[in-house]
Amino acid sequence: MGNDKNSFVREVAEKKYEYGFTTNVETDIIEKGLSEDVVRLISQKKGEPDWLLQFRLNAFRYWLTLEQPTWGHLKMPPIDYQAISYYADPTQKKKQGTGDIDPELMKTFDKLGIPLEERMALAGTAVDAVMDSVSVKTTFREKLQEKGIIFCSISEAVREHPDLVREYLGSVVPYKDNFFAALNSAVFSDGSFVYIPKGVRCPMELSTYFRINARGTGQFERTLIVCDDDAYVSYLEGCTAPMRDENQLHAAIVEIVVKERAEVKYSTVQNWYPGDSEGKGGVLNLVTKRGHLRGANSRLSWTQVETGSAITWKYPSCVLSGEGSQAEFYSVAVTNNYQQADTGTKMIHIGRNTKSTIISKGISAGKSQNAYRGLVKVASTADGARNYSSCDSLLLGSHCGAHTFPYMDVHNDTAVVEHEATTSKISEDQLFYCNQRGISTEEAVSLIVNGYAKEVINKLPMEFAVEAQKLLGVSLEGSVG
Amino acid sequence: MKAEKQYIDFYQEVQETIGRRSCAEMNEQRESAFETFSAKGFPSQKVERYRYAKVDADFSPNYGIALTPLTGPLPPYCFRIAEADSHARVLYNKVADATDSIVALNTMLCVDTLVVHVPKGIRVEHPIQISNILKGDQDTMVSRRILVVMEEQAEADIIITDRAASQSRFLTNQVIEVVMKDGSHLNLYEIEETHLLCTRYNSVFVQQGRDSSLHHTNLTLFNGHTRNRLDVLLQGEGSEVTANGCIIADKMQRVDNNTLIDHQVPACQSSELYKYVLDDSAVGAFAGKVLVREGAQKTSSKETNANLCATSSARMYSQPMLEIYADDVQCSHGSTVGQMDEAALFYMRQRGIDEKEARLLLKAAFITEVIETIPLESLRDRLHVLVDKRLRGELSKCEGCKLCK
Repeated sequence: MGNDKNSFVREVAEKKYEYGFTTNVETDIIEKGLSEDVVRLISQKKGEPDWLLQFRLNAFRYWLTLEQPTWGHLKMPPIDYQAISYYADPTQKKKQGTGDIDPELMKTFDKLGIPLEERMALAGTAVDAVMDSVSVKTTFREKLQEKGIIFCSISEAVREHPDLVREYLGSVVPYKDNFFAALNSAVFSDGSFVYIPKGVRCPMELSTYFRINARGTGQFERTLIVCDDDAYVSYLEGCTAPMRDENQLHAAIVEIVVKERAEVKYSTVQNWYPGDSEGKGGVLNLVTKRGHLRGANSRLSWTQVETGSAITWKYPSCVLSGEGSQAEFYSVAVTNNYQQADTGTKMIHIGRNTKSTIISKGISAGKSQNAYRGLVKVASTADGARNYSSCDSLLLGSHCGAHTFPYMDVHNDTAVVEHEATTSKISEDQLFYCNQRGISTEEAVSLIVNGYAKEVINKLPMEFAVEAQKLLGVSLEGSVG
Repeated sequence: MKAEKQYIDFYQEVQETIGRRSCAEMNEQRESAFETFSAKGFPSQKVERYRYAKVDADFSPNYGIALTPLTGPLPPYCFRIAEADSHARVLYNKVADATDSIVALNTMLCVDTLVVHVPKGIRVEHPIQISNILKGDQDTMVSRRILVVMEEQAEADIIITDRAASQSRFLTNQVIEVVMKDGSHLNLYEIEETHLLCTRYNSVFVQQGRDSSLHHTNLTLFNGHTRNRLDVLLQGEGSEVTANGCIIADKMQRVDNNTLIDHQVPACQSSELYKYVLDDSAVGAFAGKVLVREGAQKTSSKETNANLCATSSARMYSQPMLEIYADDVQCSHGSTVGQMDEAALFYMRQRGIDEKEARLLLKAAFITEVIETIPLESLRDRLHVLVDKRLRGELSKCEGCKLCK
């Protein structure tokens, strides 16, 4: 390719992370460092009841006994847990009595395309906007309340619906689950809480938008979704962060409880700052996400489009306990430059006749490393369990890596488990065909990649699908030629 | 460190005897192996490559440790290490992963090495058969070592069989090193037919030169606990490897196959097919990794693992992995765990074949895919018979062995 052709690409590539701005807003940040006092301080700032403080303290004490795991196929920069501030509140001003949300904050979310004014909002989506450690605003709350749906920040839920939170918090991801889960349980700040009562079909998409803004902080949010019998909800999660030279830590927990015949769709478009083209900075995305399909014939689907983060290390999982429950996992993970991803899912079949499907598409470009790691476990109680997994990797460039590490543990003779994977580059034939018809190589690659990811993108709600498609294009700009 | 202690103590006690019974090439490596082993100890299940093995439990029992050099007449092209050509001797412990503690334990305790050395351009007409026979009244731990050196353009078939001739408990720690120079061809078969009280750790390391080709078949017909490791390093362009395995396990048997195919240079091909039939409370594990290093373009690799669980207490762990750092490659892997095709069973029963026989036929057919890939016709025929007998539960431990006759 000629230089002139590449100049446009370079231009786009350089400005590609358009969410990299910072917001100047008065933020109340606590001292850096992590100790029992910090945990108590966070709890006190949020005015939490004693049981929650105890939960945090137990988690913190347990965390102290652990060491950061190293088994991921990742080169992790060392994380200094004492150099992070665990609580940053940009809504400080409001609490001091001005009443409304700081206009700077409103502007930030407007700029991100997340309008917090209900009249301006996209029809049919309610948003909980979280900046740093605090939920800024949740829209359409009243409208949802009419149906008995609870959608608010988890801090409010602790105050207003303590019984529900207490019953379900930590019931899917206990604080002893892993290193980052213990850390999150000790210091989690905000996140969303969703409760869909029996038989209710949530009339709009619920969405949480996470934004890291303050320097030197980490984000530790916690999302809890409870979908009661025969209920339905579709939930979206989006995230961005400013461009900074240092790595920022994001260690969240998402817990989902799905009861009898209920259905939850959870979609993520993850676009944390991926670091610059030299691999400097970027968000470390270390998240524990798990859904528990408790009821018979319940359904849960995870759909994720991962384009951001310097390091992505997460496995949205499903525990299929309910008889006949079904789980799906659709993922597109794109890595470019020096990004690293070790992501996949876990499907734990416990109930009879449970079914799961895994479709994973990895795309690596630049000098990135992209790994799929997935566990399919069939317990001896899961008669008639069925799993189908397919994971494909596409390599763009000769310095990147694509890896597949599937684990299958089958303890039942009536189970059928299938796994297949392929790794290849974009076929020369396809490129040639496009070129022949006047489509430039750059466009052809984007076309082929979009076709390749279609199976997953199709599972996303409409607005997200459009965004995800654009993201795919942008993330790969400059990786061809 | 309890399990390790008996081996460390033993080594320190008999170090001199071992040295006297062995030769210089082997003795040179002993001290560093001892250091590795005492520093690392046995790998726990947290070590990825030993995820499905129970090393500590396998090595804990109190075994008598055999320190006997090779005896008996050796087949053509086979030598005791002390008598082998110096070109071959110097390759001792050069291919094996010296950082692995199971290998280190072998290097530490083994007193003799069987060297199979096929000179340049020689095509060995008849297959070379190496029979390992475990015999003795006492519970015994054996360290065995084989070094195969295939010079340029050499060709050979090597069959290594493992049998047990008495009902004591045996623990075998075997290391096989294979050096294949440019243009050489090797068909290597390993067949295990021991008994329930036998534990076998077998580590095979292969290094392949330009345009060489290896066909490796690993058959576990009867065993107690078996752990096979196969590492193939493709170091010369245009080299090829086919690594197949078939495993039949029932009762409390355990079979763990752990393979690594390391594509270090461009234009190599690899293909893997492992099939397991698990009955009763057998536990099977397959972990196969294909590693394509940066620059190893034009790699083609295919990995398949298919498993049949016949009872609800049988367990299968399958882990086919790809680790790829080059873009112009074609790699795929597939894995399945399932049961017998009910429609096929029904079809046969309709035609008057009773259920037991029908199931047996299906299992045999499942395994046949692996047997059919074996290039050596006589062995293929023999194995069809053995597999059929095995599946019928008629495989006597003395099959084909003339030891007591």
